[in-house]
Amino acid sequence: MIALLRRDLVLAVRAGGGFGLGLAFFLVLSVLVPFGVGPEADVLARIAPGILWIGALLSCLLSLDRIFALDFEDGSLDLLATAPVPLEGVSVVKALAHWLTTGLPLTLLAPGLGVLLNLPPAGFGWLVISLAVGTPALSLIGAFGAALTVGLKRGGLLLSLLVLPLYVPTLIFGAQVATQGAAGLDVGTPLVLLAGISAGTLALMPFAAAAALRINLR
Amino acid sequence: MSFWEFANPKRFMQLSSRLLPWVAGLSLACLVVGLIWGFFFTPEDYRQGSTVKIIYLHVPAALMAINAWLMMLVASLVWIIRRHHVSALAARAAAPVGLTFTVIALITGAIWGQPMWGTWWAWDPRLTSFLILALFYMGYIAMWEAVENGDTAADLTSVLCLVGSVFAILSRYAVLFWNQGLHQGASLSLDKEENVADVFYLPLLVCIAGFVLMFLALVLLRTRTEIRARRLKALLNRERMA
Repeated sequence: MIALLRRDLVLAVRAGGGFGLGLAFFLVLSVLVPFGVGPEADVLARIAPGILWIGALLSCLLSLDRIFALDFEDGSLDLLATAPVPLEGVSVVKALAHWLTTGLPLTLLAPGLGVLLNLPPAGFGWLVISLAVGTPALSLIGAFGAALTVGLKRGGLLLSLLVLPLYVPTLIFGAQVATQGAAGLDVGTPLVLLAGISAGTLALMPFAAAAALRINLR
Repeated sequence: MSFWEFANPKRFMQLSSRLLPWVAGLSLACLVVGLIWGFFFTPEDYRQGSTVKIIYLHVPAALMAINAWLMMLVASLVWIIRRHHVSALAARAAAPVGLTFTVIALITGAIWGQPMWGTWWAWDPRLTSFLILALFYMGYIAMWEAVENGDTAADLTSVLCLVGSVFAILSRYAVLFWNQGLHQGASLSLDKEENVADVFYLPLLVCIAGFVLMFLALVLLRTRTEIRARRLKALLNRERMA
């Protein structure tokens, strides 16, 4: 499994495209928002946590279809399915690799974009914490969506239609943590619930993803 | 005789062809009686005036929108566990009906909300979770359309339905949390069942029965269509092979 993780990370970094693209998209999105809503500092400060969360979510979505699609096309997914590692483990590793190349860099980049969007000083810490806790759930749910649509020719569009509604609870709690943290309020409840969603998806989604993969590889 | 014998498409077709006219007729009768009773022979509410009468469409549609998903969940489970094709096709048949009910509930709610709340739409927990439910239906239907192989599509949509159910419930409570976190005093959502007097309640019950039967009739009809389409496809494939 560790070998698989290393292989996926190396492929993601060296094969170009996916790795930097999500981050660049996140940057562009955050730059576009002030053009849309106007440059008033207090308006931006109010919406900054939500915008950054939505931006992170959409950037995550961009690279989802690469989780399984490339391996499916060149046949290495079939090899993985017959390997001694269970498919559930493969799904976890794939999701982890996706998070390390998407969720983690997004989390680290977010405070920089927070400066652009005039995020209140109290919000930076909570924004990073909420993204660090919440983005693994995005990758795990996304791996399930990618597993569902892996055999399809134009799976990308369907993937976003399937996955975005599933992101609703994560987005609500994540943005709550960031918004309430920025406003200087107590963030205990949403943070615990967000962590609960991440833990729950880590426990359950790999099984759903593996089931979908088995059906698609049949 | 076991219940599962109706999983045989032939038995199902026989039974449903006998059942369908009755269910459809009864549903029509209930709807005609309930709606006419509700629209013309109930007093107007002293505060809401005649707008209260949209309740006879809104509440049954909302009720069935949720129950349709529940039925799809059960049918998906039956397909995963016992591999009965009729079950998978029934789940497929129910999805667009459920989506339509969801949209009816949203639209009638908006029509009622405009004079009462002064707005077509508010980000109230109930409204929002219904919108999310509509999104789930769309994803489910799109998944069925996208996969070519029938059995693969049935499997994938079943898994999607199971996962979607968990997330739909999660979203329901997350939305509740979200709105209470932002606004207080959600005076927008009336819990209608509690303060409805008998004059309104009885025609409402008839309408609900009508909607349940209508759902049943539509699902039976659509499942029959799906089975016929499946047979046609099999015949065409056989022709091509020969």
